[in-house]
Amino acid sequence: MAQGVAVPGTHEDHPSPKAKNYINAEAGVWSWLTTVDHKRIGLMYLVSTLIAFALGGFFAILVRLELLTPKKTFMSGHMYNQAFTLHGAIMVFLFIIPSVPGALGNFLLPIMVGAKDVAFPKLNLMSLYLYWIGALFTLSSLVLGGLETGWTFYVPYSSTTGGAVIAVTFGVFVMGFSSILTGLNFVVTIHKLRAPGMGWFRLPLFLWATYATSLVQILATPVLAITLLLLLFEKAFQIGIFDPKLGGDPVLFQHFFWFYSHPAVYIMILPGFGIASELIAVHAHRKVFGYRAIAFSSVAIALIGFLVWGHHMFVSGQSELASTIFSALTFLVAVPTGIKMFNWISTLWRSSIAWTTPMAYAAAFLFLFAIGGLTGLFCGMLGTDMHIHDTYFVVAHFHYVMMGGTVVAFVGGLHHWWPKMTGKMYSDKLGKLSALLLFVGFNATFFPQFILGSRGMPRRYYNYLDQFQPLHQFSTVGSWIIGLAFLVALYNLLDSLKNGADAPDNPWGGLSLEWQTATPPPTENFPVTPRVTHGPYDYSDDRNATGASDS
Amino acid sequence: MSASANDEKLSPDFHVAHHFDTADQQFDSARMGIWLFLVTEILFFGGLFCAFFIYRSWYFSSFVEAHHHLDKVMGAVNTCVLIFSSLTMALAVRSAQVNDKAKTVGFLIVTILCAFGFLVVKYFEYQHKIHDGLLPGVHFTAQGFSSPHPGTFFAVYFMMTGIHGLHVIIGIGLILWILLRAQRGDFSARYYAPVEGVGLYWHLVDLVWIYLFPLLYLVG
Amino acid sequence: MMTAPKIDIDSFWLPKATSTLAGQVDSAWNIVLYTCIVFFLLLMVPTGYFLMKYRRKKEGEVTSAIDHSTTIEVVWTTIPLGVLVVLFFVGLTPWVSAKVAPAGALEINVTAKKWNWSFQYPDGTVSAGKLIVPKGKPVKLTLSSVDVIHSFYVPEFRIKQDAVPGLYTSLWFEATEIKDLTVLCTEYCGNADPCPKDESIPCGHSDMLATVSVLDETKFKEWLETGGEDKSTPPAERGKALFASWGCATCHSLDGSKATGPTMKGLFGRKEELADGSTVSVDENYLRESILVPTAKQVKGFPLVMPTFQGQLKPSQVDALIAFLKEQK
Ligand code: HEA
Ligand code: HEA
Ligand code: HEC
Ligand code: CUA
Ligand SMILES: [Cu+2]
Repeated sequence: MAQGVAVPGTHEDHPSPKAKNYINAEAGVWSWLTTVDHKRIGLMYLVSTLIAFALGGFFAILVRLELLTPKKTFMSGHMYNQAFTLHGAIMVFLFIIPSVPGALGNFLLPIMVGAKDVAFPKLNLMSLYLYWIGALFTLSSLVLGGLETGWTFYVPYSSTTGGAVIAVTFGVFVMGFSSILTGLNFVVTIHKLRAPGMGWFRLPLFLWATYATSLVQILATPVLAITLLLLLFEKAFQIGIFDPKLGGDPVLFQHFFWFYSHPAVYIMILPGFGIASELIAVHAHRKVFGYRAIAFSSVAIALIGFLVWGHHMFVSGQSELASTIFSALTFLVAVPTGIKMFNWISTLWRSSIAWTTPMAYAAAFLFLFAIGGLTGLFCGMLGTDMHIHDTYFVVAHFHYVMMGGTVVAFVGGLHHWWPKMTGKMYSDKLGKLSALLLFVGFNATFFPQFILGSRGMPRRYYNYLDQFQPLHQFSTVGSWIIGLAFLVALYNLLDSLKNGADAPDNPWGGLSLEWQTATPPPTENFPVTPRVTHGPYDYSDDRNATGASDS
Repeated sequence: MSASANDEKLSPDFHVAHHFDTADQQFDSARMGIWLFLVTEILFFGGLFCAFFIYRSWYFSSFVEAHHHLDKVMGAVNTCVLIFSSLTMALAVRSAQVNDKAKTVGFLIVTILCAFGFLVVKYFEYQHKIHDGLLPGVHFTAQGFSSPHPGTFFAVYFMMTGIHGLHVIIGIGLILWILLRAQRGDFSARYYAPVEGVGLYWHLVDLVWIYLFPLLYLVG
Repeated sequence: MMTAPKIDIDSFWLPKATSTLAGQVDSAWNIVLYTCIVFFLLLMVPTGYFLMKYRRKKEGEVTSAIDHSTTIEVVWTTIPLGVLVVLFFVGLTPWVSAKVAPAGALEINVTAKKWNWSFQYPDGTVSAGKLIVPKGKPVKLTLSSVDVIHSFYVPEFRIKQDAVPGLYTSLWFEATEIKDLTVLCTEYCGNADPCPKDESIPCGHSDMLATVSVLDETKFKEWLETGGEDKSTPPAERGKALFASWGCATCHSLDGSKATGPTMKGLFGRKEELADGSTVSVDENYLRESILVPTAKQVKGFPLVMPTFQGQLKPSQVDALIAFLKEQK
């Protein structure tokens, strides 16, 4: 059924016959809303999170537009605060945290381990519903007086300001449970539902990354839940747990918040790392260099990530000893991350690189994430963070890792698995064009922000010193190029659904299990439970064995 | 994960879900899921315990002063009630394992009664606190405290016991659910995972209280 | 927004360094910057090279089967680890200097509130919106906030510290140049909605600016002795500036519109109805009392939220304010 190496476009195989697959197995909206099929749930996550992304992007464009000039450009300061708060909150809680696990993780994880579904399919559907409910509560702020706390909800500002703080904290609280349940489902699935022969070291690296992500989701999110609950009570009943006037401690809130939200940045990036590993290995047709190192470094990042939250609080008034320890630990995270980077690059060495759309995104990812990660070190250093904390330098840092890292990897992954998910091929040319536009627009938007920040431009500023205007304008123009890039990508993918050629089962010549089943996969994923006899990236060996996979 | 040969011991209504190969695989998965869920619960309460210890070290004297306003007797009674209910819960699981439906149902009923008993005692405690003006934050109206910020103790007290109480209420719902299923004859020596799962949850609720009681009522 | 001095930029990345600490921070900055550039090139040069060299030319190319090397894994674990340990210490050094104020520093209390800064000197002199410091002498700031969290940031000094309600935090610096510098608030603290009509009144987080004026030591002494008053400007004009810098304008309008507090338009001479039902006619004594003891007489229909300015405003400043208020016909 599968072949070792295939060429995109020029594929000779017959596309799989229009057999029953997960999409046409049942029809009607109701069949989707009540489905327990992980692939359908994944697809619904995909659509939902992309809508959230577009909404978050819309607010980003508004933010950038307002910053075209100092003072008022077209909205009031009050509205600006709401715009960046909703931008941040939507991007983090509605988009980047649920997107990769919810969409790609759900779709691929059971197939990649050779199972028929996740361990708890009903729970999986419930996660989706919780996500929707939480998202609705969060978005209800749009009509309930807005939200202007920043995505970090710092007290006492958030507990004393107006707006829909209660609705949003409740919404994020609910989405937290969605995230926990997804993580729980994935961990159990990977532990218990692997097909015969699928040893831990035959798991695709995407799954190692997802596994590490799930651990963080399970271990960190409950603390966010309790933090938000306390904030909610503080706001609703003024119980005095964080309000200094009543004896509470606002710095404690920050500890609680970052105890979740720092590990959360690894919830955001680890799936991106996983995708990058897949893209590079499959499109370069090479055995991954340092498979075990990459696999274990994901887990190491997840665990060390729990110990560094205080690096967001170097100037907050936490004790100096604490700051010193948090700074030291922060540097430790860079070691496993570096290991990943070095191994990915070594995987390119003596490989056979096909310049497909996913590969173009993977290359952009390597470049952008390197910048994002390295600038994290400027923030982690005590002396320099004192200068750049809460300036645009930090804004640039986290866009390079979140947008340049995770979002670029996610969009690359979307192009990589799109044929499998939808059964259609998109235009590779347009795909590469969107990658190029995104790369150019992204750097134009966010590189100037490093300069702005290091020169003393604080973040969350509606109004700014005139001298910063040229760099802000450059950045704003860049954001339009990003917008264009996404429109091209969106057009390309949607157009493929109507006009695209039928996709073969294995357009890139991948060796992991998802490429060994029909396109789009049947509801039960595999007609018979596969028996796994080789690793996911055994390109060289596989070639000698004529490329036939025996699943 | 090996295929099980004794599927026939399952009750006739039981089916292995389509995505599992064997019943054992399904049970193992369920058990792991429950344990992971309990881990998240522990972390959830962990945050509150951290808050407790931090404020206690800040406002040590006011914590000591404030904790005298809790009713140690009622707390102790509730501790006994919960420990006893944990015992009956364990016995219910045991009875399910040995196929004794009548006893399973009986023990579950006792457990639920204990849970209600706990809530009733808690209700009187709360009512008393509210009457004394000991609600936290801006609602704190009680007079005569010599140390600053006694309200903080009650903020922690109400959040911790309130969330714990919510868990008791959820527990009642869950036990009711398995009670009905047990009545219907869903469980057997081969299939009792839901009873076991709810039992573990209930033990956790009990365990949390076993920490709350001495910390809040006895040590302050 | 309050007029703020430009930030002097004299390199690609950083503002001009004008405190003793800034030099230390900048050396740390340069070390991490160059280290990162080296590592970036170390990553990206091979990446670019491989991406070109190993482009697929034909199908079925044989790729390398070498899938790991323990030696090289150890190398790229330990070398970065060593570099990172060094970077940690490089970052620690300026931080330690920043945290330990030298003995004998001039101590100034800084109070942050939405959206202005005020500075109180050991002799009781209070200066709103302007921090006057001597050149070449260490100055220690003790920060606090009366409402939400703010953060005190002077880019050219490379210092930053949050001002947290219910907590005292501190930082110190020693200015090395005579000039005016901008203070920015870097912890998000919201916006008023709507903004006051007068654009010189700060309306939110991004307007919460102040100025640091570095004077030479004799000028500084002189300033402190006269309480920072410039006696040559007419009282009403000084009053106008005080009205803005002390944040009166956040609660009181000058155009007749109602805000948190009553408008100041047409105030002088009017009959004011009080919350207890009595009336007073507004004269100088009433104005003085309203500013210094706001709780003494509560205007009907307004909450008792005005802070007292007793001990903060100097008598001459109160006079100036009264002169200004009298002019609001
Ligand atoms: C995807 C999300 C993501 C990721 C992966 C990271 C990764 C890192 N982040 Fe970032 N960070 C954020 C998202 C993320 N961050 C967000 C959202 C904020 C702001 C939140 C807010 O305030 O709103 C933030 C803020 C933030 C701060 C607080 C700044 C401040 O507010 O003052 C700090 C401080 O230490 C920091 C550090 C780091 C470090 C050291 C890493 C490391 O993990 C990076 C490691 C990677 C590398 C270093 C590159 C590759 C390594 C090598 C090639 C090895 C060799 C290198 C050398 C020896 C130099 N980040
Ligand atoms: C995942 C996280 C994420 C992403 C992707 C982005 C993306 C962008 N962000 Fe944002 N940002 C945050 C997370 C993110 N941001 C956070 C957490 C904050 C802090 C908030 C706070 O301070 O509280 C912040 C703050 C922030 C600021 C600082 C505001 C301030 O401090 O005053 C700015 C300013 O330039 C900015 C700009 C942008 C821009 C121009 C983009 C652009 O890249 C966006 C481009 C996207 C689009 C234009 C959407 C187009 C989409 C479609 C057309 C459909 C998509 C379809 C397919 C992909 C197929 N962001
Ligand atoms: C936090 C808001 C706030 C600030 C800041 C504030 N005020 Fe007031 N002020 C009020 C309120 C509310 C009242 C009415 C209630 C009362 O009488 O106390 C008031 C009353 C007054 C009155 C009496 C007005 C009348 O109609 O009789 C005067 C005069 C006055 N303020 C002057 C000032 C001056 C001068 C400053 C700055 C140095 C100032 N206020 C700062 C809120 C404020
Ligand atoms: Cu004060 Cu921002
Ligand atoms: Cu962090």
